[in-house]
Amino acid sequence: MGELRFNSVFDIIGPVMVGPSSSHTAGAARIGKVVHDIFGEKPEKITIDLYESFAKTYRGHGTDVAIVAGLLGMKPDDPRLADSLKIAYEDGIKVAFVPKSDKVDHPNTTKITMIKGDHKLTVTGISIGGGNIQISEINGFKISLSMGTPTYITVHQDVAGMITKVTQAFTKRNINIGTMTVTRESKGEKAIMIIEVDDKQDQKEILKELRSLKYMDNVTFFE
Amino acid sequence: MFYTVSDLIKQSQDYPSVAELMIATEMENTSRTREQIFALMERNLEAMEGSVKQGVAGVKSVTGLTGGDAKKMDEYIKKGDFLSGQPILEAARNAVAVNEVNAKMGLICATPTAGSAGVLAGVLMAVRDRLNMSHEDQVNFLFTAGAFGLAIANNSSIAGAEGGCQAEVGSASAMAAASLVIAKGGTAEQAGYAIAMTLQNLMGLICDPVAGLVEIPCVKRNAMGSSQAMISADMALAGVTNVIPVDEVVETMHRVGQQLPSMFKETAEGGLAVSPTALRLKKEIFDEKE
Repeated sequence: MGELRFNSVFDIIGPVMVGPSSSHTAGAARIGKVVHDIFGEKPEKITIDLYESFAKTYRGHGTDVAIVAGLLGMKPDDPRLADSLKIAYEDGIKVAFVPKSDKVDHPNTTKITMIKGDHKLTVTGISIGGGNIQISEINGFKISLSMGTPTYITVHQDVAGMITKVTQAFTKRNINIGTMTVTRESKGEKAIMIIEVDDKQDQKEILKELRSLKYMDNVTFFE
Repeated sequence: MFYTVSDLIKQSQDYPSVAELMIATEMENTSRTREQIFALMERNLEAMEGSVKQGVAGVKSVTGLTGGDAKKMDEYIKKGDFLSGQPILEAARNAVAVNEVNAKMGLICATPTAGSAGVLAGVLMAVRDRLNMSHEDQVNFLFTAGAFGLAIANNSSIAGAEGGCQAEVGSASAMAAASLVIAKGGTAEQAGYAIAMTLQNLMGLICDPVAGLVEIPCVKRNAMGSSQAMISADMALAGVTNVIPVDEVVETMHRVGQQLPSMFKETAEGGLAVSPTALRLKKEIFDEKE
């Protein structure tokens, strides 16, 4: 018997989610939530580009509503999910949906831009089925982030020594870093580190330590 | 870990129940504690209860294509004058309720998918009082279904895009039938026969969603899946067996799924999805909102 596709009872029973589609609704909300967590503050303006299947069926499947719900910090099972557009509107957040006709690699692709003052973040996410997602681009940098691997994302000032300080938090706990990507908006401004690790142990302590670093704006953990 | 349905039946002999085997396997695979695993499943049960209740009270989908049928069935059942029987009608009503809630962007528990979420929740809520099931019994009902579902999923498919509706509603119905057998005091072997009969009866069912939406025919297919589960369970409990062994039926479903043309696998390019009315509805729904 080769590798099993399904290993957990919760792959079969669950997830608890707002309908109607695990890929077009639950996955879409998960992409939004990742972007929300990385951005780390309430945006003034959100632009959501939708491609292929997402562009054609987003209203029927509630993909638009689900992405915005995620961007507001909701998980796929949040009962307020269906009201997300109203909640965003009442919160004074400007939201624009832009269906695109460009060809992309995966049919369920969205590119999300969050803006608050000078703070700008652009993330491309894809929904690969069953509520599972991947992040393929952050601020124009191609990355491959699969939810399922323990991953830390830091947003910090682009100053010398940040990489050393951040990696020390893992080294001293004997946690191996699998892959690490460092990107920045422009020299001396905001920088982002995406760190995939082999072990999710001491997650709370690591988050606390990283968040307490000088010049650190935000740290999030996904798995 | 168990790989096939017969493997699962065999391994379960070493445990007090199929549910216990599932919990032990989950602990081994995920390093979660028994308490964490049980609590996660309780959350699923809670979502199922909520969706049945909400749907029976009456809902309308986002597009307006579906909704309100569970309520109609509930009123019909309450009149007490019907052809089939109360438990099976309640199971079908509950299944419709869950998928109506799914279509209106309400909260559901995917079992195994969102589009087939009504089947398992539907039968459980229809039999739990009749079988005097405790809260723990109900959670274990879900572990049992998940165990048989895993054995089906790993040897076939649970996605409509891969195997058609037989893979979604068919798998859901088979899982539900197996859990019903166990809940009524039947053996794991009888549960296997219930799975074989169910998948055999739903073999070849296509996935042909009107306008690509999880509404028509999905909602009513869940009613069918829940009623077939009840019938298969009763037949197995009556001592009916199946000539083709359960794992061969599972493999056959997989083969049939691969042989189905893609127009019948969640692309909305075949079946009911290209009927004149479906094409008109698709145009109305999407053009109007663009």
